[in-house]
Amino acid sequence: MKLNQLSVFLENKPGALSTPCRLLADAGISIQTFALADTQQFGILRLVVHEWQKAKELLEKNGYVVKLTEVVAIEVPDVPGGLAALLEIVERARVNVEYVYAFTAKQEGKGLMLFRFNNPDAAIRALQADKVNIVGTVELFQRLGN
Amino acid sequence: MSKHNPPGPFHPASAMDFLPPGQLREVQFTRLKGMVQRAYDRVALFRQRMGERNLTPADLKSLDDLVKLPFTVKMDLRDAYPFGLFASPLQEIVRFHASSGTTGKPIVVAYTQEDVDDWARAMVRSFAACGVHSGDIIQNAYGYGLFTGGLGAHYGAEALGASVIPISGGNTDRQIMVLKDFGVTVICCTPSYFLHLIERAGELGVNLKELPLRAGVFGAEPWTESMRQRIQAESGIRAYDIYGLSEIVGPGVAMECQHQSGPHIFEDMFYPEIIDPQTGQVLPDGAEGELVLTTLCKRAMPMIRYRTRDITSLAADRCACGRSLRRICRISRRSDDMLIIRGVNLYPSQIEAALLRVEGTLPHYQIIVDRQKGLDTLEVQVEVTPEVFSDTVGAMEQLQAKLSHSIESITGLHADVRLVMPRTLQRSEGKAKRVHDRRQM
Repeated sequence: MKLNQLSVFLENKPGALSTPCRLLADAGISIQTFALADTQQFGILRLVVHEWQKAKELLEKNGYVVKLTEVVAIEVPDVPGGLAALLEIVERARVNVEYVYAFTAKQEGKGLMLFRFNNPDAAIRALQADKVNIVGTVELFQRLGN
Repeated sequence: MSKHNPPGPFHPASAMDFLPPGQLREVQFTRLKGMVQRAYDRVALFRQRMGERNLTPADLKSLDDLVKLPFTVKMDLRDAYPFGLFASPLQEIVRFHASSGTTGKPIVVAYTQEDVDDWARAMVRSFAACGVHSGDIIQNAYGYGLFTGGLGAHYGAEALGASVIPISGGNTDRQIMVLKDFGVTVICCTPSYFLHLIERAGELGVNLKELPLRAGVFGAEPWTESMRQRIQAESGIRAYDIYGLSEIVGPGVAMECQHQSGPHIFEDMFYPEIIDPQTGQVLPDGAEGELVLTTLCKRAMPMIRYRTRDITSLAADRCACGRSLRRICRISRRSDDMLIIRGVNLYPSQIEAALLRVEGTLPHYQIIVDRQKGLDTLEVQVEVTPEVFSDTVGAMEQLQAKLSHSIESITGLHADVRLVMPRTLQRSEGKAKRVHDRRQM
């Protein structure tokens, strides 16, 4: 149920973001979605790619520090209160959301978001109990046409 | 209005500055014998070191025999941490100070009441040498605390009969307010801090040249003649160089007279030698080498031939002031890797110890020292490793804060910690160049 996400340490300076993107591009690796957390000094690039092992190896070989992190892809109804209701489920399970970002693709009135929880397993249990659709790796990449 | 009056009244404590050379040598030898005897009797390290050379205090037949005695180095103070080199029982110790060691632990120095009085006397002679006198209002902006600068200058200024403002370091706007409102005539601080103060005063619209301030007693870090010229031109005061180090006593080991021809060493209290730092051989006056000092009066913590690591030379020609004391020339560099940042001694190995303490594995790091608006800045760049990399910004910022805190607790200095990509820090021949000092003195 959990997805593998790559987190990459970047310095906050011109070119810091384009270089790893170019590396992946030249290896034919497509970025499904990404988010950038930034501070004045450094940034953390979070990536979801299909061939994550290959991408990780490639980035590491080029001097990047890469960490594998588990995230959860969740369908969120694209209606007012859709996100709020979902977050309330997680909140009741006393799970903390560390960060969240989205896929651009929308399907059948539902958006797809990626959540990083402090306790992903507890979050998944709570969400499934509430009949929330969690999208696993295989389904995700099928949907994204890979 | 000329603020530069003729020399202040002659202070009786300065009489020792003018001792004829023959008499000075007699005083030195008498004191040396007493000090070495005391060190030999009471400090295991000195007894052992002399024993290794089959020496006893009785082998000191003249001042020239001093060269037979072994050197003392900073490592000895570190190994003796905290009290191992004391020659007085703790009941007789009235004061401790501490200075940077080369690792996580500082080095500790101690004083008996007589030591504190002697130190104040050396500071009185220092102030008097550059024309500071009773009635002066002295703003003491050296840091108070374990650092010897603050209390050393304070006790000396009080003993001189001056009015002391113990403002300590930092808070520049308040420094300028007090300087102006109290009619301060003399300021004590590091020369780089005074440059910063000049700059800030300009921003605040305070013209230092219109204030009664006429002299600065500047030390605790090396500076240059061009820095002096700049300070004097921009502030209208006379800038004097004071030299000292905690291991010997603190400030007041040597001080410039009004002729500004290099600090005169108070040789009746601190005996100077210049050695070749490689061979240890004593060099003649005028030759450049490492300054070695022997305390002639210290009771709680005598030092025999302490290697200061400061590279300089001794000037023996007669100064126009008439003092018989030799002068040290500008410290050109150090024979070790110690840096002085905002008056605080820093060894790169301390940064290493601080980083190690946080994560247990030593990352690659680089120290960048710069000077902005007259103030030293310290940046420590640390390469991020897979072991310390975390996926959240909060955790990474926490890591930065932990590293910064660890550095500050070991060195007493605030450092900006900057996390950088792995393998981006410069390595030369496999060995990293750790320190980049970009300051223009």
